[in-house]
Amino acid sequence: MSTLVKNIFRFVLFLALQIYVLNQVPPLHRFVVPYLYFLFILWLPFNLPRFPLLLIAFLYGLCLDEFTGTLGLHAAPCVLLAYLRPFLLSLLIPQESTEQSYAEPSITSMGWAPYALYVGLLTFCHHFLLVFLEWLQFGDFLYFLGKVAASTGISLLLVFLTEMLFNRKAKYRTNQ
Amino acid sequence: MKNIFLFIRQYFVFLSFLLLEAVSIVMLTQTSKTHETYFFSAANQVTGVVNDRYSQFRSYFTLQATNKELAAENSRLRNALGMNFQTPDSTVKQKIDSSFRDSLGQTRKFTYLPARVVGNSYTLPNNYLTIERGSAQGISKGMAVMGPSGIVGVVVETSPDYSKVMSLLHRNSKVSAMLKKNNQTGSIEWDGSDAHFLVLRNVSKSAKVAKGDTVLTSTYSANFPSHLMVGTVAAIQADPSSNFYTLKIKTATNFFTVQWVDVIANKNYGAQTELENSSKNQ
Repeated sequence: MSTLVKNIFRFVLFLALQIYVLNQVPPLHRFVVPYLYFLFILWLPFNLPRFPLLLIAFLYGLCLDEFTGTLGLHAAPCVLLAYLRPFLLSLLIPQESTEQSYAEPSITSMGWAPYALYVGLLTFCHHFLLVFLEWLQFGDFLYFLGKVAASTGISLLLVFLTEMLFNRKAKYRTNQ
Repeated sequence: MKNIFLFIRQYFVFLSFLLLEAVSIVMLTQTSKTHETYFFSAANQVTGVVNDRYSQFRSYFTLQATNKELAAENSRLRNALGMNFQTPDSTVKQKIDSSFRDSLGQTRKFTYLPARVVGNSYTLPNNYLTIERGSAQGISKGMAVMGPSGIVGVVVETSPDYSKVMSLLHRNSKVSAMLKKNNQTGSIEWDGSDAHFLVLRNVSKSAKVAKGDTVLTSTYSANFPSHLMVGTVAAIQADPSSNFYTLKIKTATNFFTVQWVDVIANKNYGAQTELENSSKNQ
């Protein structure tokens, strides 16, 4: 399957999962909201230029916003993720070897520890901005801190489960 | 000039990042105030269709509970029918002419329009429901929405076939309500924390309130008919700095399972709000 088709599938599946499964989960606690949709942006290929990456993330966030009825609330953190991603990747992986040989970020392509750091940091950034935007409308500082921490925790758990369930084959990039 | 172009070229990605962030934040502030942008209405028609499919599929799992709720509502309504009550007949029937006009001058004020809920959120700080009935089927902005067991929210946006309802679980939601036993009014709001509980503010401390008291919609509301179920008092907090109670209200509607609602059209809504707003401007 080509990278484009694969990513279109992911786009739809991650959105459907977020809207029709995770957003429907009755809240266990007011701090805990399960988010997984942003993993789509973390899984985009290495070789995507930075500007298209920003645009894709923006459109992706906007699509989710259309369904939740909060135009811009998810688009802003998605754009932030897409902006921070290249910096973090260039810090975390040896430039020459990995980017040349692997298609997209995964445990096998980056190594266990750098990948965990990559996902953990970006998840935190995403939730920080998302909850911050919500918080500006509400204004309860304890709520803000608690929600960032709890949502980040539950999202990392979900990412971990996803990685365990779907063993993505880290494909070598070829010239085809 | 050349330097400006060079600068833009050098920081192109950073600038576009700032631009996209600014666009999304502007959108966010715009939509939380008004829901009238054309773009949003048009997309509502698309997302409405998708939500509709999903809701049809999902409704199978809750058929039993929905049936039970509807049956309970039916029996309650049947009990309220006029023919269950008898009155001694002391009227004299005078037939003056053959017109069917009600001689008491009664006209209809409220009309109930049933609608199916095709989209619902309750985990966000601002929640909305999407219902499958729009402006083409007689829905307009500001109409009240109630479920089988209690009120649900207010219509904020319509497209031809779908409407968006601001749920009671919304930080801008405000509904005038009163305690059933002594008609003390206050306003129903939501503090954004728990989807089971609302907050009733501005109830005077002179009111005698107890846990479990019923809260109904008040007679002051332009869109809600009076005496509709809102919920029951779950906790009472006396604010020491003011003369009012803040009551925690357990909602009568279960927002997690709401499937069918009635949209309530008030024939005089326009007239009432127009009058209220015109006197406000003076």
